[in-house]
Amino acid sequence: MALLEVNGLRAAYGQTRVLHGLDFALEKGSITALLGANGAGKTTTLRALCGVVKTQGEVRFAGARIDGRATEDIVRLGVAHVPDGRGTFLDLTTEENLRLGAYTRKDRAAVAADLERVYGYFPRLRERREQQAGTLSGGEQQMLAVSRALMLSPRLMLLDEPSFGLAPLVVRELFQILRRINERERVSMLLVEQNAALALELADSAYLIETGRVVLAGSAAELKRDDAVRRAYLGY
Amino acid sequence: MDAFLFQVLAGLATGGIYASLALALVMIYQATHHVNFAQGEMAMFTTYIAWSLMDAGLPYWPTFLLTLMVAFLLGVAIERLVIRPVEHAPVLAVVVVFIALLVILNSVTGWIYTYTLKPFPSPFPEEPLWGIRYMSPHEIGAIGITLLVLVALYLFFRFTPLGLAMRAAAQNPQSARLVGIRVGWMLALGWGLAAGIGAVAGMMVAPIVYLDPNMMGGVLLYAFAAALVGGIDNPWGAVLGGFLVGVLENLLGAFVIGNELKLSVALVIIVGVLLVRPSGLFGTVHVTRV
Ligand SMILES: Nc1ncnc2c1ncn2[C@@H]1O[C@H](COP(=O)(O)OP(=O)(O)O)[C@@H](O)[C@H]1O
Ligand SMILES: [Mg+2]
Repeated sequence: MALLEVNGLRAAYGQTRVLHGLDFALEKGSITALLGANGAGKTTTLRALCGVVKTQGEVRFAGARIDGRATEDIVRLGVAHVPDGRGTFLDLTTEENLRLGAYTRKDRAAVAADLERVYGYFPRLRERREQQAGTLSGGEQQMLAVSRALMLSPRLMLLDEPSFGLAPLVVRELFQILRRINERERVSMLLVEQNAALALELADSAYLIETGRVVLAGSAAELKRDDAVRRAYLGY
Repeated sequence: MDAFLFQVLAGLATGGIYASLALALVMIYQATHHVNFAQGEMAMFTTYIAWSLMDAGLPYWPTFLLTLMVAFLLGVAIERLVIRPVEHAPVLAVVVVFIALLVILNSVTGWIYTYTLKPFPSPFPEEPLWGIRYMSPHEIGAIGITLLVLVALYLFFRFTPLGLAMRAAAQNPQSARLVGIRVGWMLALGWGLAAGIGAVAGMMVAPIVYLDPNMMGGVLLYAFAAALVGGIDNPWGAVLGGFLVGVLENLLGAFVIGNELKLSVALVIIVGVLLVRPSGLFGTVHVTRV
């Protein structure tokens, strides 16, 4: 069964239409990638899914309509967003950032256990737990953003270019951890990437977006073989 | 020397009151980037409510607590009903709303209670406390209450999940929503707390200046000066600024310019800070990218 179903999703900034009726679905437990060039509408799609921008069209999460609902309520259903720009609370400490990720949860013992688990994935964050998050490096802040989302104990993670601005080595490490989280904790992921090669390594299936429309869909393997994708996005 | 010490200590007592109100201003400024010009009148209005409760026979401390609760609800209600609708309005429109609120609260109070001065009781005893002769019991008590409020606020913001959520909502509303914080309610809560702090300030200053609808005008000006000295976005700076301005006001009034010109001290401080160091002594300097 699809965990997330999107039908005819439209969105605009003021008068400028950005999404022109997007259709896609995400299988439960999968990692699904949204690929596309800069400005295609990937970030807007994620924002639309969690109610940050106004939309038309239908979005179902675990069978229930979530389009038009407030962001705070969608989060409570278990949708965690790692936003474009990382969304760090710069003046708060690393650990305060993480605790905020679990703000809606009442199971205090489980939250404490999750904090330990997140520190296990990212030992750097434990070292910097009392440090102001604004003083963390870009890579550390990206780990913090992923960790903050994990603290929700989410069913679905929306990841907006987690590789952005990171050194290749750090990216590899981060993507390995994402895979582990997906496999061990059964967290489904909607991964937005400009770096298509990277995304197709991790993802099970993918959609290609051009100017606010899905132009291609398939398994990661199929997209990797597709000539157009290879020329335009993989560069060989 | 005695006279000097006397003025410094008295300055600390009023300084605590400025510090409280300055803190209320900073709290709302941090969350909304607006200066609540009606903060003083809100404090004044709630102090009148306290007066009414005591007039009806309620003892001091139950009145004090009840007034805090009423002030909190009033703050929440004002945010929801008056401020929320102009959330996205231009700055000038918001300023007009604040001024209107100030004028309305002032004239409604005058209309209900008249503009004649009313004595307002102090909860502290008449005779000197612990044989201290430099400060009146009310001054000592006011400082004590101020510090208590400050410590309680510190503990709340530093150690409770709700306090953390309020800081997060003020700092980064977008990210706050993404972790499920109801940002609108956090703002309303901030207004409630600020109104509560203002009520304490009002009840502490009223025994000194007598209750009257205009009693907070001067206090707000000093609090504004304090907030600017400390840096309008720094709660600690605002508190320190409050004590500093209180002492400065008293010393200058007693030894330099006389009591009649005391209020101009506040204005000189405001203009001075804005000219020399707009971000205050402890505020962060904001660099705008062009
Ligand atoms: N806040 C905004 N206001 C106006 N236009 C925007 C805004 N954000 C994005 N856009 C426009 O919407 C289009 C899609 O942007 P975006 O979703 O960020 O693309 P992507 O994430 O795929 O790079 C772009 O043309 C961009 O200029
Ligand atoms: Mg983007």
